[in-house]
Amino acid sequence: MQGGYRRGVAHTPVDPSTTPAPDGVLDASRGPLHPLARATLQAAVEAAWADPTRRHAPGRAARAHLDTARGVLAGALGVAPAQLSVHASAEEALALGLAGLRHARRRVGGGVLLGAVERSVLLLEAGEDPVPVDRVGRVDRDAWRAGLQRPGLAAAAVQTANGEVGTRQPVPALATAARDAGVPLLVDASASLGRDPLGPEGEVLVADAASFGGPPLGLLAVRPGARWSLPGPRREAEHGRALAPPWVPLVLAAAEAWRQTEAAAPADAAQARALVDDLREAAARVPDVQVAGDPLDRLPHVVTFSALFTDGEALVEELARRGLVVASGSACASSVLRASHVLTAMGVLSHGNVRVVLPLLSVAPDRAASVARLCAELPDAVHTVRRRMGTAEL
Amino acid sequence: MSAEHVVDARGTRCPVPVVLAARAAAPLSPGEVLVLLADDPVAVTDVPAWAWLRGHTVTAREEEGWTRYTVVVGVAEARST
Repeated sequence: MQGGYRRGVAHTPVDPSTTPAPDGVLDASRGPLHPLARATLQAAVEAAWADPTRRHAPGRAARAHLDTARGVLAGALGVAPAQLSVHASAEEALALGLAGLRHARRRVGGGVLLGAVERSVLLLEAGEDPVPVDRVGRVDRDAWRAGLQRPGLAAAAVQTANGEVGTRQPVPALATAARDAGVPLLVDASASLGRDPLGPEGEVLVADAASFGGPPLGLLAVRPGARWSLPGPRREAEHGRALAPPWVPLVLAAAEAWRQTEAAAPADAAQARALVDDLREAAARVPDVQVAGDPLDRLPHVVTFSALFTDGEALVEELARRGLVVASGSACASSVLRASHVLTAMGVLSHGNVRVVLPLLSVAPDRAASVARLCAELPDAVHTVRRRMGTAEL
Repeated sequence: MSAEHVVDARGTRCPVPVVLAARAAAPLSPGEVLVLLADDPVAVTDVPAWAWLRGHTVTAREEEGWTRYTVVVGVAEARST
């Protein structure tokens, strides 16, 4: 799509090889930006800085760019532009999406059915006992069906796949059950959009531009016919869903990231899947390392494993010392009081946890080399941490 | 079921309870029983996860402010996922 929302947002072409992510980055849960999304952001700061609700020329220009970008992002979610609103974060979009479903059904009740591995923001909003998951983190279908019979249920929510362990949820089956029970469904695609094909399910759909190389930006789609409304006076921006319009350069960067990612997605996912296979295999070969999540029915780019008798933060630091940037879902970090609720719900080891979220190839051209390096360094890194902790002989 | 081997890990945080339990369980023979007392909330997940990796069976009981884990040592045999 030459022209389009980039019309007037002139930028010099960027050679992605000259602006790669820092070497060894294997944590793409937020950024780094796709190089062309970054270039678009820089150009849009000049060309589309204005408030899109203003009637002056810069305002109108920003508005035109926003409309085009909204069209691109709506296409990413398979909805019409009038159904898509843009929010500061995926968390905000999730909370809002759920609030709208609940408010519209407040006469039925306020209950929310969701799995135990959903995003924290949804679990906190729901405030009820979630549906249990199995050892790989998949929602129990029978418990889901039974839960749909709860009195006073306003809505149900399910993720397409888990962003920590990668396991896909059986969304079509869960959606059918919800529809049969007359309960509207929120589908959280915030970990998967751009990485894994998206189905048509869900009255409400939420995504995050960060999952496909864009800036962190919440995308909220409400399908036509869905009963969805917010309490209080009508909000002024984003189809009555936001208090203020988004900053247009961020939306343009998100749309550019999608445009770049969409075309390359199947090939990118195939390579990522193979790299994660390598990583799962290498991790499982290290003594007393447990690899979490479904080995096959999963996101292509996410893997989590836990090393018995180690500390997650110590492992993250040891790998950082070797130039590898990974995350951890462990509670042993001094700043975190609770372990990852995902690992806890699955009943898998939560200490000594390492999480890898592969960047897109276009974001980190060296990702295969970084994964190979992690595979090679992992046994010694785990052993080093265990030796330091005095647990190597256990 | 006699419980001669008791490990008191109360007041310690992850991964210490599991490490102490593992140290105590190492010399035990299959069928022997180890009791672990721990108040770290992470242990609720990690003690069973460790036991599962090692082939031990574990039951947990809430007591006043801590959890009592009764571990029956299994045949040492590491498992993966």
